[in-house]
Amino acid sequence: MDDRVILALDKVRYRYPGASHDALDGVSLSVGLGQFHAVLGPNGSGKTTLVRIALGALTPLVGRADIDRRPASMWSRQDLAKLVGVVPQREDNLFPQRVRETVLLGRYPHLSLWGRERAEDHDAVDRALGACDVAHLADRWLWTLSGGEYQRVRVARALAQEPKLLVLDEPGMSLDLKHEMGLFELVLGLVREQGLGVLMITHDLNLAARFADSLLLLEGGRPVAAGAPNDVLTQQTVETVFSWPVAMQTVDGRPQMIPLRQPKESRA
Amino acid sequence: MKWTLLVILAVLALALSVVLGPAAVPLGELLRSDIVWNLRAPRALLAFLVGGSLGVAGAGLQALVRNPLADPFLLGLSGGAGLGAVIAIALHLSGPWALPIAAFIGALAALGLVYRLGLIGGASLDPRILLLGGVAIGAFAAAITTAIVSLADAAELRNAFLWLWGGLSGASWDSVLLVALYAPIPLVVLLAASRPLDLLALGEEPAQYLGADVERVKRRVYLAASLLTAAAVAVSGVIGFIGLVVPHIARLTWGHRHRSLLPAAFLGGGALLAFADTLARTVVAPRELPVGVVTALIGVPVFAFLLKRWTIA
Repeated sequence: MDDRVILALDKVRYRYPGASHDALDGVSLSVGLGQFHAVLGPNGSGKTTLVRIALGALTPLVGRADIDRRPASMWSRQDLAKLVGVVPQREDNLFPQRVRETVLLGRYPHLSLWGRERAEDHDAVDRALGACDVAHLADRWLWTLSGGEYQRVRVARALAQEPKLLVLDEPGMSLDLKHEMGLFELVLGLVREQGLGVLMITHDLNLAARFADSLLLLEGGRPVAAGAPNDVLTQQTVETVFSWPVAMQTVDGRPQMIPLRQPKESRA
Repeated sequence: MKWTLLVILAVLALALSVVLGPAAVPLGELLRSDIVWNLRAPRALLAFLVGGSLGVAGAGLQALVRNPLADPFLLGLSGGAGLGAVIAIALHLSGPWALPIAAFIGALAALGLVYRLGLIGGASLDPRILLLGGVAIGAFAAAITTAIVSLADAAELRNAFLWLWGGLSGASWDSVLLVALYAPIPLVVLLAASRPLDLLALGEEPAQYLGADVERVKRRVYLAASLLTAAAVAVSGVIGFIGLVVPHIARLTWGHRHRSLLPAAFLGGGALLAFADTLARTVVAPRELPVGVVTALIGVPVFAFLLKRWTIA
């Protein structure tokens, strides 16, 4: 398997204009093909800023953010979209559309200005629908889908871009157990079978620990720990970052966190 | 099939507006009639070009401000054009092109102001502010216009008032040629933005991640749609509801892919305005209704119906 680095952040620092403190400081990260990376942290820890930096929507004040060895903000949006597929946390559905149409949007970066969709574009759409197990939904309207089906369709759209890197921002939010597990299995399958690099933002420590090869834990914009799940998710680290007592267990060789009750009188 | 029907409809609307009119021209003498060649034919073509331009401008702006109920005249252009025209009338500027040029300059001034307001939050054009700024600038221009009109004498007032409601009676082969040379540039710019406009419906950030250069697209679409509207208002006054209703109806049939939506809005807008102008010329012949009155009388009920449909869906 090619372990070529597709995304590399090096000691990135960023501060939003007018803000009084850094949104990110000293963050480094390297995602290779065939690797599943998860970025964890409490609300406001800089996860979304990290995604924007990685995707070239923001330029780091200090440090580098490279995609395929070229600064992320230097890529044209169209060229970048052929290399990186994104499943954003939120998006609008201004006009009603069907599943196949939505997935076809993933082919837009590959189309020439005046050209029509070619056979290879429709093939890529079919492959993406199949890989995400939503081919049977192709003719359904988006608004008739369940939350889990909708997320798989959005992953299919990103896959139709035929990217080397897949970025997912909180994809498991508001999904039930079956669909959330199904989504993580799907993403891991893409990493193992198609050799995609994956960068996933999530607040779900346990799922990230079960599926990802490598974790990056952020707090207040600074990296607290990075590396294999067993090294990152120790009881002490988790309790410090999330300010809550936890117990740790091991399932499938991966650390799993169980939040403990904290009766009112014992709270500091 | 639906394209064939639309083309037939467009040809029919053009044919009707050449055949029908207050002066009876026998069908056999149609091709030899001066009335047809010098009055009806240029007027029908101008109506078609203006209606088509308004349809495309409306479809583009609706995608840009992400509101399917937006009208090109919401962006303050009509107010600016009206003010320009009324100033020209008040200053007794004469010549066949005084009014169109003054209106065009007024529309461009409003366009510039609204555009500047849209950038007020920084380097990124904010479509919501475009919409609000357009309404504000339009109201401001309308206030000044009303002040000038209220100080003018009766005959001038009637002129200004009629002009504001739109009319194609000034149509000539010159104005057709001018619009036919001018409109294709913004039309092609909008057509070239078709796919980014599809993506913009997802929101600006998702559109970017699917390859759209969002800032550039927003600026181009705003400027192109506004330039189309400014030209339309300069040659034919304010003709409302074409830019609102036509894209909406086109979307019901052609879906929201702008590659087919924009051409459909052009043909549909052209057909509708040619038809409305025929009505305006004939129903109260020998007098003439401002065509904006006709489009509003057709458009408002359709709009109300669409609004109901939209809020239920």
